[in-house]
Amino acid sequence: MEILYLLIPLSLVLVFVIGWVFWWSLGSGQFDDLEGPAHRILQDDDQPSV
Amino acid sequence: MSTADTAACFHCGLPCADGRSWFALVDGQQRSVCCPGCQAVAGAIAQGGLSSYYQSRTRYAARAKQPAAQTDLRIYDRPEVQAGFVRALGAQLRETTLILEGITCAACVWLNERHLAGVPGVLEAQINYATRRARVRWDDSVIRLSAILAKIEAIGYRAWPATSAHTEQVRRRETRAALWRLFVAGFAMMQVMMYALPAYLADAGSMNEDIELMMRLASLLLSVPVVFYSAAPFFQGAWRDLCQRQAGMDVPVALGIGVAFVASLVATFTGGAQVYFDSITMFVFFLLCARWLEMRARQKAAADLEYLDKALPLAAHRLRDRGRGMETEEVPALALEAGDLVMVRAGEAFPGDGILVEGDTQCDESALTGESHPVHKRSGEKIMAGSFNRLSPVIVRLTQVGESTCVSGVRRLAERASAQRPEIAQLAERVANRFVAGVLLFAAATALLWLWLDPTRALLVAVTVLVVSCPCALSLAVPSVMTLAVGRLSRCGAVVVGAHAIEALTRVTHVVFDKTGTLTQGRFGLVATLPQAGVQPDRALALAAALERDSEHPIAMAFSAAFAAPFTAAASGSGAIMIRDLRNVPGSGIEGRIDECRYRLGSLPFVAEIAGARPAPERQSAGLQSHELDHTGATRVWLGCEGRWLACFDLADQLRPQARDIVRRLQAGGKRVLIWSGDATPAVANVARQLGVDDWEAGMLPQDKQARMLALQHAGAVVAMVGDGVNDAPVLAQAQLSIVMGSGALLSQAHADIVLLSGRLHGLLDAIQIAARAHIIMRQNLLWAAVYNFAALCAAAAGLVTPWMAGIGMGASSLFVVVNALRISVEGRGKGKSVDDSLSPGPSSLVPRP
Repeated sequence: MEILYLLIPLSLVLVFVIGWVFWWSLGSGQFDDLEGPAHRILQDDDQPSV
Repeated sequence: MSTADTAACFHCGLPCADGRSWFALVDGQQRSVCCPGCQAVAGAIAQGGLSSYYQSRTRYAARAKQPAAQTDLRIYDRPEVQAGFVRALGAQLRETTLILEGITCAACVWLNERHLAGVPGVLEAQINYATRRARVRWDDSVIRLSAILAKIEAIGYRAWPATSAHTEQVRRRETRAALWRLFVAGFAMMQVMMYALPAYLADAGSMNEDIELMMRLASLLLSVPVVFYSAAPFFQGAWRDLCQRQAGMDVPVALGIGVAFVASLVATFTGGAQVYFDSITMFVFFLLCARWLEMRARQKAAADLEYLDKALPLAAHRLRDRGRGMETEEVPALALEAGDLVMVRAGEAFPGDGILVEGDTQCDESALTGESHPVHKRSGEKIMAGSFNRLSPVIVRLTQVGESTCVSGVRRLAERASAQRPEIAQLAERVANRFVAGVLLFAAATALLWLWLDPTRALLVAVTVLVVSCPCALSLAVPSVMTLAVGRLSRCGAVVVGAHAIEALTRVTHVVFDKTGTLTQGRFGLVATLPQAGVQPDRALALAAALERDSEHPIAMAFSAAFAAPFTAAASGSGAIMIRDLRNVPGSGIEGRIDECRYRLGSLPFVAEIAGARPAPERQSAGLQSHELDHTGATRVWLGCEGRWLACFDLADQLRPQARDIVRRLQAGGKRVLIWSGDATPAVANVARQLGVDDWEAGMLPQDKQARMLALQHAGAVVAMVGDGVNDAPVLAQAQLSIVMGSGALLSQAHADIVLLSGRLHGLLDAIQIAARAHIIMRQNLLWAAVYNFAALCAAAAGLVTPWMAGIGMGASSLFVVVNALRISVEGRGKGKSVDDSLSPGPSSLVPRP
């Protein structure tokens, strides 16, 4: 049971870390376009652009 | 080189009617293309090292247009024009949002992004595939905006600034905030549930008190952001309602959250029996889910509509009549004044009402009057703002600009009409208000009763009543169905704008069509080819199409459409027709030289000049069909070469292919179909006869239509009006349900309830079907929610329900409502398939891989 004294605060810290990660990804526009990236990944960028 | 390459243009897929006259070097191979425009575009793409676009695209590109003259774009560099849509981020750093036209598949997005990224001075270019918008950031000291727009045109797309850059910003901020609220609530909900579970499972006294306190504190810590941040919109809404002395849906929600939170807070620190943090977070999360879905659907619909927002020009060419040469200067449309002389080129829109001073042209007024035929204008005649100049440059003296133009007048009329439309919205509001007030009274009464029965349990029971009665399922019942129905409709090409549209769709008894542009295509189509003796009809058509290939005239479009549908690469023998000395004679026709022989296509006297006497009379008006067509205002075009008549063609505004089917199915569904048109009687009669509609009226003015509509409505009819012109706007607003075709004018769309995009009438049938199903599901949901709420309310008031049970019950009932709503998108899929297939892009790999 005593382990809970560590685990519960730890879970709280985790929650806030994950929250911060999501906040960052939201701010960098990763949720603005939910369709495009799925297509974009299929395009080859191999040829050098002039 | 394969044969497929010679038949279809490598870039746009249209047949290369001129043989092998143009080539583009792509991937080291000469590819034949259909015109210099496509040649330039394909060349630009290949030179940019972007030719892998051709391998990964899933649709052909649009045929490249002649690039707009540089001056047209340079107007966008002027600071006073830019003020509306460009944001300055630094001394030279600029950002704007562009609307892109011509994006057909994901490869287009890649192509544009890569192409722009390679342009010196462009720092960032990001295209949103869903909204077809590009966010571009550039250094103004290196490159001007007009150059960026020109770069986009060089690879065959059109871009114009989204004038609503500010609303765009606001929208993005709102979306992000909503998503963040949702995430906070959802994540906190899951975690709080973890802390709450042991308390539910543990036997009394088996849990260490310290640990229980710690779990409660942890729950409290996670609930604080949920209550004070995620649920803030509910508190704000409730506060607003209270200030206006109303009781909206937000009031019990806010009260429930507030009371439960305070009670839990007190219980946490005084060692009370029960905390409700799990119920609070779950409750907030469910409510935010519904709101977020609703907002997304609405934003998408709005973005789809703005796409069509280009009716009035942003800028104009003003003529200064001092001095000899009449210099032109480009000014923003806002700076124009009555009395100014403006020059309007072919293909541009008129910036204001005015009088034609110089020139002779045809105007497309279909946006304003719904009249599909271009109207011939000579000097001295009136010009309307928002109509398009189709033929040749003219000079116009403006009489009215801005708000005083005819267009604005019609719009104001429409706004007034749409303001008098209270009906269901207010009723629903009143019912909700009463329900909410009832719940609040009931909770208070319960609390009082329990104070008398058992004071220790009074607060607990009151909170339970509030939590249980919080109309979660009730508030989700309608929006969840609405959201899914709206999403499903927009996939069928019907964008729902008005909130009451779905409800109204189910009650419609009369469907009124405005003939022009709704039942007909609104542009010329070839109805009959009447060749002279010894001439193959196909050959005649091929010649005509070849002559008209590079013309943008509406008649020319009819020929190219009749001759070559895209993706049918097996074009007929026209591949070899080479035309030289092509000459356009405005008002008469077109002339070209094929194999040392002059050919003319156009009016009778024009062709007679080279072909000699009139053709044999029995061929001139042969057959019943052409007689009929003469009444509908068919236009006759003649084709001849030196010394010989070849054929004549009848062109007319044709019925949309699906019109007959739609009318039949509407009638089969028990709806009365009417046609009210402003056109002349014979044309309308003809259309009505072809469609099997008995109830039609011709030559109606908008006022007549409105009066007839009122009469119908007084007789108890629920009228859906399908229209497309601005002149219909007041009538559309008067109808209980207004439906507008996407190809119609912008202004009437502004207050349409449903917009049928891409001019697909079938969207209307889909919409009625989906609305009917949505209506049934909505009623099931409301019934379920009402029964649940009533039963739970009674049980809670009797003290049989603990708050955690209330929370779980509430969650289950919400889940039921949402899953039930999901049936709309699942069930409809089989039905909508046949229609969707006809729209799908076709084979996924069009281009032979090298």
